[in-house]
Amino acid sequence: MIEIDHLTKCYGPHTAVRDLSLRVEPGRIYGLLGPNGAGKSTTMNIMTGCLAATSGSVRIDGHDIFEEPEQAKALIGYLPELPPLYPEMTPAEYLDFVAQAKGVKQKERAEQIEKAMRTTRIDNVADRLIRNLSKGYRQRVGIAQALLGSPKVIILDEPTVGLDPQQIIEIRDLIRTLGNSHTVILSSHILSEVRAVCDEIVIISKGQLVASDTPENLERLFAGSGTLELTVRGEEKQARQVLGTLPGVGAVKITAKKPGGLLQLELETTSSTDPSESVFFACADARMPILQMGMHRASLEEVFIELTSADQGSQPEQGEEEMPS
Amino acid sequence: MTAIYKRELRAGFTGMAAYVFIAFLLVFAGIYTMLYNLNGGYPNFEYVLQSMSVIFLIAIPILTMRAIAEERRQHTDQLLYALPIGMTRVVLGKYLAILTMVAAPCLIMAFYPVLLSAFGTVSFATAYGALIGFFLLSAALSAIGLLVSALTENQAVAAGLCFVVMMLLYFMNDLTSFVSDTAAASFVALLISVLIIAGLVKLFTKNTAAAALVAVAGCGALIAGWIFASDKFAGLFGQIMESLSVFERFYTFIDGVFDLTAVVYYLSVIAVALFLTVQTMEKRRWS
Repeated sequence: MIEIDHLTKCYGPHTAVRDLSLRVEPGRIYGLLGPNGAGKSTTMNIMTGCLAATSGSVRIDGHDIFEEPEQAKALIGYLPELPPLYPEMTPAEYLDFVAQAKGVKQKERAEQIEKAMRTTRIDNVADRLIRNLSKGYRQRVGIAQALLGSPKVIILDEPTVGLDPQQIIEIRDLIRTLGNSHTVILSSHILSEVRAVCDEIVIISKGQLVASDTPENLERLFAGSGTLELTVRGEEKQARQVLGTLPGVGAVKITAKKPGGLLQLELETTSSTDPSESVFFACADARMPILQMGMHRASLEEVFIELTSADQGSQPEQGEEEMPS
Repeated sequence: MTAIYKRELRAGFTGMAAYVFIAFLLVFAGIYTMLYNLNGGYPNFEYVLQSMSVIFLIAIPILTMRAIAEERRQHTDQLLYALPIGMTRVVLGKYLAILTMVAAPCLIMAFYPVLLSAFGTVSFATAYGALIGFFLLSAALSAIGLLVSALTENQAVAAGLCFVVMMLLYFMNDLTSFVSDTAAASFVALLISVLIIAGLVKLFTKNTAAAALVAVAGCGALIAGWIFASDKFAGLFGQIMESLSVFERFYTFIDGVFDLTAVVYYLSVIAVALFLTVQTMEKRRWS
């Protein structure tokens, strides 16, 4: 669907996006995740042809965005960070203008506009001036605009920024609905949001792609160094002997001794396989009853922080999110 | 392109700009018709048009200031960049809308000679020839105004800058008369002009190599010319400036000459200004 190859973008001496390559498969929802200034907006602006790249290429369905911009752009619906709305128009007029400008045929125009308004639920404000609409409605008009011209890919730059919690939930539902019929790429610096709506998470930091996978896989990938927490009844020496020799178990740490001969332990797991079962059987053989056992895995939150702060301080933070003028 | 054209026209007529522009021109057309034709008794409508040309100093900035500056300010230019149509068609759509607003007062003024003919003999040929010249002049000036509007994202700055440019164009001929007719003065003035052009090239394209090329080639040609035929330079600067003056060309229409080279000249000015507008817009993608 979209192939990004070795994309680099420099603003003068500052590199906003560095050698970024990405494949986007059709029919899924992608979340571009990264801290502020990671290069998300820049990447999106290049993908939609609003910005030229310093080097590298972007192909939409085989059409290069720089060499065949008209064919490539026709496949994309884009909502920039600030919705590009004309305040002196009503949503109905505005959508009519965008549909016409995108070259939607006269016959299909009314139908497409109606469909976009229904999907984004703005039909009730269709004849009010955009100037007078709330931020949530403006955002939806912006999304409706992106839907016109039946694009295959919808690109939304921080679609929920500045909305109240109720509106955020509504926009997320809307994005999920869009995901049924389009490929959707959205950007966000909020992890929970990306996890809530996306099938695939692309983590960007300092203009570089650091990870791209499903939320589950990302969690699993980084769970290799997870810890198994358990409470057993038995002697400390025996416990160390029994558990320390098990395959897949690293260091054994006694965290607390409780009255009644209870031991609280933390086992460091060395492989990505879960050693819970072998721990259970080993303890059963040694007649050490397990009273409590739980695997603690690295959460996505921790994965995100680990990935994006890996090279913290190696480069000064700069405001690269802004559209250059 | 039609979509852009229609939206631009709508924006012009929902805001004040188009009305102010048209009203402005018609008020002065009325005043001068009254003065020259009705009170003065002249049968020549072209005198009215000649006196009106100074109005453009204010009217053109009013008309063109918001065209592109406003898109940038409200971030709708991102929509234009993302549209599956080239920037050329966007700019052309905008220009045609402006041209329509320019044509409106000209069409209304086309009735004046007919009305005047009820009171005496009016020279229709010179009157309408001058009106066409008037339209061409305003078309060329508004193309320049559109270009100025593409340079900034602030309407007021666009208007101010446009006013300055219009004023320079209007007084260009008078200003050149300050340069003496001697060959040396002419040579120096031309040299300075080449450097200014090179500076503009640098400003528009941000390409130092291109600007340097213009400067070196221009100065080289001038110096070579100076070495071989320094006597030819006498009064040359004035002649060049006069033949380049947007307003000066219009006065030939007033004199009753329908000059085809002037028509070609105006069309070229429009083409160059629109080309530079498109380039300015495209350039922003690369910043």
